[in-house]
Amino acid sequence: MLRIALFDYGAGNLYSLRAALERNTGVQTSIISKLKNIRDYDGLILPGVGNFDPAIISIGEDKELFTKAVKDKIPILGICLGMEMLFNRSEEGKLDGLAILDGQVIMLNKKLTKIPHIGWNTLKIERNGGKLLDGIPDGSWVYFVHSYRISPNDNGMVTANSEYGITIPAAIEIENLYGTQFHPEKSGQTGVIIIKNFLNICREKQ
Amino acid sequence: MPLSKRIIPCLDVDNGLVVKGIHFSDVKAAGDPVKMAEKYTEQGADELVFLDITASQEGRRTMKGVVSNVANVVNIPFTVGGGIRNLEDAREILRSGADKVSINTAAVKNPALVTELMEIFGRQCVVVAIDAKCISPRHEIKGEKRNSLNSNGESDDRYEVMIYGGKKETHLDAIQWAREVEGLGAGEILLTSVDADGTEDGYRIDLTNLISNAVRIPVIASGGCGKPEHILRLFKETDADAALAASIFHYDKYTVDKVKSFLQGSGITVRI
Repeated sequence: MLRIALFDYGAGNLYSLRAALERNTGVQTSIISKLKNIRDYDGLILPGVGNFDPAIISIGEDKELFTKAVKDKIPILGICLGMEMLFNRSEEGKLDGLAILDGQVIMLNKKLTKIPHIGWNTLKIERNGGKLLDGIPDGSWVYFVHSYRISPNDNGMVTANSEYGITIPAAIEIENLYGTQFHPEKSGQTGVIIIKNFLNICREKQ
Repeated sequence: MPLSKRIIPCLDVDNGLVVKGIHFSDVKAAGDPVKMAEKYTEQGADELVFLDITASQEGRRTMKGVVSNVANVVNIPFTVGGGIRNLEDAREILRSGADKVSINTAAVKNPALVTELMEIFGRQCVVVAIDAKCISPRHEIKGEKRNSLNSNGESDDRYEVMIYGGKKETHLDAIQWAREVEGLGAGEILLTSVDADGTEDGYRIDLTNLISNAVRIPVIASGGCGKPEHILRLFKETDADAALAASIFHYDKYTVDKVKSFLQGSGITVRI
């Protein structure tokens, strides 16, 4: 049995993500609000719903445990806000991010496009998509809802981009860290494959 | 490839069953929400909207069950609206598995709720539904079809925000209200023409333009869709991001995939 933890910021919908994970056989998900027993899990997901500062506050004292989990090479998938939190800081909040990855989170350009970026957009696969986007063809449609984008210092981690007035990094992959700006749990059949890929990554590390 | 235009089937739910009303009344039974959600997802719907039109407390509890059952089977986003009065109502619906909540009457009565929801759940979770009714004098002249245009060729029509399912006037101007909710923290506007709703004679192009030109957040147009050509006209002539439709899908007159192929054939970017 693959044990996946979903971190709960107290901000909303984890249900659909959990349902999406449990549609796969042999997966047991736990919704956790503390990271202290993180070693009990084969993978961790930071979901995508909420606001930057309240989400950072909810991790609070567990920040160090989280950093340790990263060093222990537990596969971690950050979705939308969950990915943005991995960086140094965000224009959405005043608090520091988890600073596990170097870079900023900046607001989409209001002058160029409507904000939030809501809806289905296509992926331009970079670096063959890495493990997370394995089997996802260039041009696949995925579902976005966000107002901010990541700007990593090292663009080498970006495995897919999307165009919305500007180029938006849509997926990243670096060592045991994976992230998507879009919501795989809401991205139809493409999302189903991405979630399967993450579960396979966790299985390999098990 | 730009962002695709979204096709959103809307399901009005009363006591756990999908119904479709004409002009917010005259309800007809239509089906099981979970089965219909699955069907539309398979057909390629981009999102779903569920509007809870139940009046009873028990019906509201049933709705939470409907929401979690839908979340179990669909892998596309869905919004739930109707009867959400406060933060706790919204939290319960989101906790049951909805991706967004849509508020209407509650936003008019307590605008601070929009901000509160945005601060906790994020802007993308907050849809403000605006039911707009044309109050321009020309509508009082029988048989008058000409649009009232000003010297810039823009519509001079005025629209009032209606609440309680389109029944009660608010004296709020729809354009000003749209700007206000954008400022308060709405992530999207679900714009329904009360005049067009249920008529199946097409979306109100003027109204949609007035609102989508007034804000920089996405606008979902609703009310009046009777055939795929109406959706095409909406996307050709307005900046709407999404088209909401109910009856054309419910009675299997058209499937979502057929509508999308038609739109694609006419040069609209859709997800196929």
